Amino acid sequence: MNATVSPASANASSSAVIAVSEPKRHSAIVRVTHWLTTAAFFALLVSGGEIVLSHPRFYWGETGNVNAQPWLNLHLPSSRNTVPTGYGYVLPDQNGWSRYLHFQTAWIAVATGLLYWIWGYFAGHFRRNLVPASWKGIGASLVEHLRFKRPGAEQAWSYNLLQRITYLVVIFVLFPLMIWTGLAMSYGFVSAFPLSVQLLGGHQTARSLHFLITVLLVLFLLLHIVMVIVAGFRARMRAMITGRVAPPSE
Amino acid sequence: MSQISRRKLISTGIAATAGVSGVAIAAALARRHGLIPPDWKGIYGPGETLTYAAQRLLTRHSMAREFSRGEISEKPFANEVSPLSDEFHRLQAAKFEDWKMTVDGMAARPTIFSLAMIRSFPTRSQITMIGCEEGWTYIAEWTGVPLSYILDRVGALPQVRYVVYRSIQPDWWESIDMADALHPQTVVAHRMNGADLPVPFGGPLRMRVPRQLGYKSVKYITRLTLTDSLKPFGKGLGSAAPEGGYAWYAGI
Repeated sequence: MNATVSPASANASSSAVIAVSEPKRHSAIVRVTHWLTTAAFFALLVSGGEIVLSHPRFYWGETGNVNAQPWLNLHLPSSRNTVPTGYGYVLPDQNGWSRYLHFQTAWIAVATGLLYWIWGYFAGHFRRNLVPASWKGIGASLVEHLRFKRPGAEQAWSYNLLQRITYLVVIFVLFPLMIWTGLAMSYGFVSAFPLSVQLLGGHQTARSLHFLITVLLVLFLLLHIVMVIVAGFRARMRAMITGRVAPPSE
Repeated sequence: MSQISRRKLISTGIAATAGVSGVAIAAALARRHGLIPPDWKGIYGPGETLTYAAQRLLTRHSMAREFSRGEISEKPFANEVSPLSDEFHRLQAAKFEDWKMTVDGMAARPTIFSLAMIRSFPTRSQITMIGCEEGWTYIAEWTGVPLSYILDRVGALPQVRYVVYRSIQPDWWESIDMADALHPQTVVAHRMNGADLPVPFGGPLRMRVPRQLGYKSVKYITRLTLTDSLKPFGKGLGSAAPEGGYAWYAGI
């Protein structure tokens, strides 16, 4: 693999020159933050799911408990026998490690996000690669997506319009809302910043929104994986892991 | 090529040295300012320490949210407690007249307070939210003696860094740092919603720490110990919570 980039092979075959100067599809920062976020997302999803199981009911406003009417009852078995679930058994309590893991991972996720946001702004990544140059062709793009049309080779180097909009929503709306609604559930945090929970409409609303945004992010993840498969799983994975678009020439 | 890699090597070296010494300085500062939780060891220690340190820097004097009378929950949920002992039932039968709360440790005047004495002390009332780590919440008015008043009364020594509090239930004991112990909203509660604190809610005495989760608000308080170190208590992790796998600091 290294043969093409090592100076030793520079006896001027033009393909070697191209290989040396070939730009990466994704910069190292994009690739590293992408996979860190992936790992963090799974840790947060599993630990968050375990925490939900100790009270799989959701409420609006400030307060909610088994004496109150939930707007959403997941009808799952619970890890607490105080929750009326209709199931004849209680799951083992996993909240201790789940909460430790959830908050430790949240730190990693936020640090990764900050690195990506700051780099993306100053390096022009958002401007160049994510903000749509024009909104023209959104209808055609939508039809292409609904037909699961395999993208052409030109799209290996650039995101299409729907992709750009989706990524912008995830990066600048869903992730920040996730952090906000998470912090709004912290008794310590809201004692210093009470508006963070009041603006949302209360502690239980923050918890409900945290759950709903999780559902949206999981839907995004599933769609993302489907699209990667439609576009060519090996090529897209290679681009996000090594940065290369074409397979390395041996 | 070699110049670039040498420059890279030097700058990486400088960055690594700065990083290591930065962490060392941060650790020393954090220890000095009481920003290291007792359960800082283990794989979740780094996250726990970051959370506790960040929240302590933000919340040393912040106040838990207080609510209006109209927001008090009509049907608060008491949660379940492990079965109460015969001793508790005996005290309950005598209307808790013989209930005592011992305050010992680093105090100039260690004292055993009777419930009647505690009830005669100045009180603070506040309508706050209590929430379980499971996710449920309710709002109630708690009335109790500010813990800072009790610490003052027993002559807490200046080197006290933590207050360890124990329940008549031997498996439930907790501790808080001085930011919470001296906090005006931390009270030894003996009334709730205008009546004597009901037994399911922790009567006759419950520690109320409204800036942390409900498991720090221990029910059936019998003893406070003032200390400068949590190492001698239990497994040295600060309280029963980390021994059961839960974080000592529950502000999140």
